[in-house]
Amino acid sequence: MTGEEIKEEILDILEAIAPDEDLTQIDDAVNFREQMELDSMDFLDIVMELRKRHRIQVPEDDYLQLANMNSTVTFLLPLMKDIQKV
Amino acid sequence: MIRSAQDDQRIVITGIGLTAPNGDNLADFRAALLAGRSGVDKYFIRYVGDTLAGECHFDELKYQKRKEVRRGTRAGGVGIYCANEAVADSGIEWSAVDTSRVGVYIGVTEHGNVETENEINEIKAFDYDTRVWSHHHNPRTVANNPAGEITLNMSITGPHYTIGAACAAGNAGLIQGAQMLMLGECDLAIAGGVSESIRTFGIFAGFASQGALAANEDPTRASRPFDRDRNGIVVSEGGGLFVLERFSDASRRGARIYGELVGYAMTSDASDFVLPNPVQQARCMNLALARAELSADEIDIVSTHATATESGDIQECDALRRVFGNSPDTLINNTKSFIGHAMGAAGSLELAGNLLAFQDGVCHPTINVDNLDPRCELPGLVLNESREKGKVDYILNNSFGMLGINSAVIIKKI
Repeated sequence: MTGEEIKEEILDILEAIAPDEDLTQIDDAVNFREQMELDSMDFLDIVMELRKRHRIQVPEDDYLQLANMNSTVTFLLPLMKDIQKV
Repeated sequence: MIRSAQDDQRIVITGIGLTAPNGDNLADFRAALLAGRSGVDKYFIRYVGDTLAGECHFDELKYQKRKEVRRGTRAGGVGIYCANEAVADSGIEWSAVDTSRVGVYIGVTEHGNVETENEINEIKAFDYDTRVWSHHHNPRTVANNPAGEITLNMSITGPHYTIGAACAAGNAGLIQGAQMLMLGECDLAIAGGVSESIRTFGIFAGFASQGALAANEDPTRASRPFDRDRNGIVVSEGGGLFVLERFSDASRRGARIYGELVGYAMTSDASDFVLPNPVQQARCMNLALARAELSADEIDIVSTHATATESGDIQECDALRRVFGNSPDTLINNTKSFIGHAMGAAGSLELAGNLLAFQDGVCHPTINVDNLDPRCELPGLVLNESREKGKVDYILNNSFGMLGINSAVIIKKI
């Protein structure tokens, strides 16, 4: 997956986790929690969806990498570069 | 003894919120019962396949965001809908209520089966890799979940818990709420029962294995207590929650009062896991009557528990004969014939469906009785058509459950 495809995938996951939020105006450089109602259980949902969809294990120490879109894509790029976008 | 209590020990119903397979508020539910309208329909559940059930159709997003619906349980969602509706119906100005003095007491037949089955079904697709087992599983399956979700939704900081009481749970929740008001543990109680049971295949499969799951070409004809051609239970979901207050508080604020809980009782059979015991059921009703200082013939309507299993129907009729055998003017009906067995919600829904008889003087019937089982013959049975009773002052509501749990409540017109 490219960075752009990973971003689309994260947006798709966020849409399922936060169905009441408008995701069209997300600022990629600003933390998710400052833009929408997300708590620790929601972040675990992101981790779980990555595991279910792509068998990616995000170690607990790296959860902070999922703070915003840019950091998430940067973190996931090496892990997902060989995964084909479905 | 409740009837002679002081006003601050008298407990009244001042609000009703409900969802049933044939109505999402009291007025619609009552209209369906008087019109003979069933809520049972065709239903599909994984592993079991095509069957029948009573499914509710309330607007889940009326009081919850989509994210809350996703995170929570169906029982929690049912409870949140009913609790908000009950409070709105009570006319209480919620923003002025000290919610640290509100108690939430929710009867459940079971809880956690739905959520556990969902997770097992999910990990099955991952060759039972438990690393994809949801972190939401524990908060969804703790036994207080349906009551706790109500407190989260309504910012209630008073006590909350569920009362596990099999199919006596609706009455048990009501009784618990009343007792907590009497003890001064809260000043307002949201109490009754909820059920999400149609979302678990296990309950259908369990009844089927027991030979107790109803089947019928016409879903609306499937739930037929007292009828010779009955063939079992229709499983349903639903919720029925009451706002309870002390009479002194309710009258001070000029509240509309649906009725007063003047008698209640709970007993145990101590005889069998599933087979009911008419001696103990009769003792339960008699105990409620004694606490209300009433004789059986003063009860105008008995709302039966009968679920359309042969032994259950016959045993309850045996118990009714023991208590109401000399009360020919007492009318007897059954609400499961319309909505199926709403499990944890059954007791409170069946009571709620009868409460407006205090106002309209009508006893709704037991529908689907084409051939009355002679073993269920009772003088007061109201069959297939509603009956004008005229003045209705007392309603007794039965709810019984597995492991031999019995409950009866008596409500008086105020």
